[in-house]
Amino acid sequence: MTRRVHGAVEPGSDGFRFVTERPTRPGGVVVPLPKRKLGVDYDTSWARRYPVRLARAMVLDDFSRPVLRVALSPKVIGLEHLDPVQGPMILAANHASHLDTALLVSILPSWLRHRTIVAAAADYFFDRHWKAAFWSFGLGAIPMERSKVNRRSADLATSLIEDGWSLVIFPEGGRTADGWGREFKGGASYLAKRCGVPVIPVHIRGTRPVLAKSSSRFRPGSTEIRLGDPLVLAAGEDARKFAARIEKAVAALADEAESDWWSARRRAAAGTTPPFRGPDVSAWRREWALPESARKDQPPARERASDKPWKRGKSAT
Amino acid sequence: MSPRPGFVLEVDRSTPATLMWHGEGFRLEKLPVGTRVVYGPEPIDALKDPDQAIRNALEHPLGDSQPLRTLLFAGMRLTIAFDDISLPLPPMRPPDARQRVIEAVLDLAAEAGVDDVVLIAALALHRRMTDPELRHALGDRVFEAFAPNGLLLQHDAEDPSNLVHLGLTDQGEDVEINRRAAESDLLVYVNINLVPMDGGHKSVATGLASYKSLKHHHNVRTLMNSRSLMDEHHSELRNSNWRMGRLIAASGVKIFQIETTLNTKTFPEQLGFLQKREWEWSVRDRASFLAASSALARTPVGLSRKIFHSVQAPHDITSVQTGEVEAVHRSTLDNIYRQQSVAVSGQTDVLTMGLPYICPYNVNSTMNPILVACLGLGYFFNLYRGKPLVREGGVLIMSHPTPWEFNPVHHPSYIDFFEQVLAETTDMFEIEAKYEESFATDPWYVHLYRTSYAYHGVHPLYMWYWCAHAMAHLGRVIIVGGDRAAVRRMGFSPASTLNDALELAEDVVGRDPTITHLHAPPLLLADVT
Repeated sequence: MTRRVHGAVEPGSDGFRFVTERPTRPGGVVVPLPKRKLGVDYDTSWARRYPVRLARAMVLDDFSRPVLRVALSPKVIGLEHLDPVQGPMILAANHASHLDTALLVSILPSWLRHRTIVAAAADYFFDRHWKAAFWSFGLGAIPMERSKVNRRSADLATSLIEDGWSLVIFPEGGRTADGWGREFKGGASYLAKRCGVPVIPVHIRGTRPVLAKSSSRFRPGSTEIRLGDPLVLAAGEDARKFAARIEKAVAALADEAESDWWSARRRAAAGTTPPFRGPDVSAWRREWALPESARKDQPPARERASDKPWKRGKSAT
Repeated sequence: MSPRPGFVLEVDRSTPATLMWHGEGFRLEKLPVGTRVVYGPEPIDALKDPDQAIRNALEHPLGDSQPLRTLLFAGMRLTIAFDDISLPLPPMRPPDARQRVIEAVLDLAAEAGVDDVVLIAALALHRRMTDPELRHALGDRVFEAFAPNGLLLQHDAEDPSNLVHLGLTDQGEDVEINRRAAESDLLVYVNINLVPMDGGHKSVATGLASYKSLKHHHNVRTLMNSRSLMDEHHSELRNSNWRMGRLIAASGVKIFQIETTLNTKTFPEQLGFLQKREWEWSVRDRASFLAASSALARTPVGLSRKIFHSVQAPHDITSVQTGEVEAVHRSTLDNIYRQQSVAVSGQTDVLTMGLPYICPYNVNSTMNPILVACLGLGYFFNLYRGKPLVREGGVLIMSHPTPWEFNPVHHPSYIDFFEQVLAETTDMFEIEAKYEESFATDPWYVHLYRTSYAYHGVHPLYMWYWCAHAMAHLGRVIIVGGDRAAVRRMGFSPASTLNDALELAEDVVGRDPTITHLHAPPLLLADVT
């Protein structure tokens, strides 16, 4: 065993290496995993400080909105439903693409969009520090457990709504994989009940062909966003029933998007609105029955071959 | 994750360089393979609501004491004594534990309609505190309420009119303490207990005592037989204080003791690497270390001293206990051990330690050579229970610049002691016999102690005595990187590098000695078996 001391170490002689290289670990020592302050534990309060909000508003108004307007040509129907609310609300939308959040926030009137936060999946958007910081800043995102009602995320959302913030939430808990809707979970209805605020049902159409789940291809196209009548929890109605009612309202908006308002209303009144979650048949038939606007492989509306004669001509040859 | 306990690391080839304090700086040393490094436990959890805990403790005292509320009544004389600038180290980030406790006590006193309340800083023979230091310890609210009205006092161990002799212990020790404290209907003593030695009967029997009383336990014989000062069962200093404390209680002085313990969150976030184990340093820690050590290397000593003394520790309160002195202290010790104890198996031939910029007697001041010796040999050497970390006849290697430099305002008698007495002899018994009386009674030192901000004339001798046990135990003391003349003046050996020091040590302990490094601060207490 050597007894010579190796002497003083001068990290300054190669400071870069000293800082960037992780120190070696003595044998037999267990190094604990670093404390994770990510996921639902990530602290987003910094993103709601006034200077950060100001910076976000500038980015949103001067960059994101113009870019989204050009890339997604959003057509917005039903913004007038927001006016009577005059206070915090929950916007519950279907979810098909990462673009949905930015698109929805960008079309909101200024009095609302700068006081809106977004519930984002804690396990996806808050699993890395840079991602958590990016989404917190860019969209005012807060982490939300998607598989269950987490007390910490629920408390945070509640306190923010009570502070006057509106919340964008996707009750399906994630983007659709096959283009059809999924069951609405109870998060939106639970928060609406807890905070006593209305829920605005929102249907977003056309973002899946632009940027679908599991796709890295971005193809600009046209989109439509429909906002429905505010829904308020009825006396004696529990959160589960309310979640089903929200889902029905979004399904009616989806029907309206594929047909027209009057037909959709009549089908809704008769209880014959096409199922939001698609037909209960085999996978290929579900795919077959998917509306054109929700198909992943379908070029977005603006890019269809019929609209681009030069491409048609090229492909013909 | 709950805080991890302390442990002993055996250095191997993949162990990164170890942080070593060196006064107003630090460096990394690659220790020899096989060296043991003693790391203290991580900071334990703080009290969730310290103010509520304090109020609760005041209502539920330990021992045979009544709740403070029932001891207070209109028309009484209430004295609140509190620990001085020497605690905690570094000074804690506001609000100080003393502020929290004293505000809670005063709230109760106000409810009970107590008009005659005096606050006394229990200085013993330490220097007086400046107004900003008092304000820091007590908070603005208390300071503004008491200082302008002359009700915030500092104990004067040289004012005969304000001292009262309570009698002799069964060992013939004089017990003379502050008159106001002794003659009050109730004396509330507010402690901060950083190490096991603090608190208990030592609070009043030392903090509010006179030289006549203190010399019975601040002497070479007592300190040489305190093995260690931190071990309640083997400390002669503690025994003497306990005898005096019991006599004080028997004399009718009613004491309501309040003791608080802190965790070892010693350095702020910017210096977070000082709290961590080296192999767990993050990129930020490594960058902070590099930036701090590079900047300090280019900074004049005076400036770096100012920077370090402005550091405020983010200590948290971990426990509060009140009531009868001995019951309170018993509980306090449990809480200190919970935070600081580390089990160490076996002694070592060579003990190494890096000494920081601060000790109890140089807050906002200079660490002169005597205080370097006191910190290393008096305090760090004594951070054990059971057996010393280093074997009898072993070598202690300390790292500190040990400048031949004194603060003439705070340490005037240190200068004469170092320049004149230590030039002649370093023998403690000889110094005690020949010089103690003259330093203790020198009118100029007494004048400076009472009216300026000077430590008492006898204080440097006490600091020297504080090293008695270590000096009797050790075969050699080596200081790495110190002023050679200053180191030699104290009878120690200077060395330029740790490598040189280890070679010097081999002359005493032989080739291939066992080496142990004490990785402190943050503070730890080695339970050596």
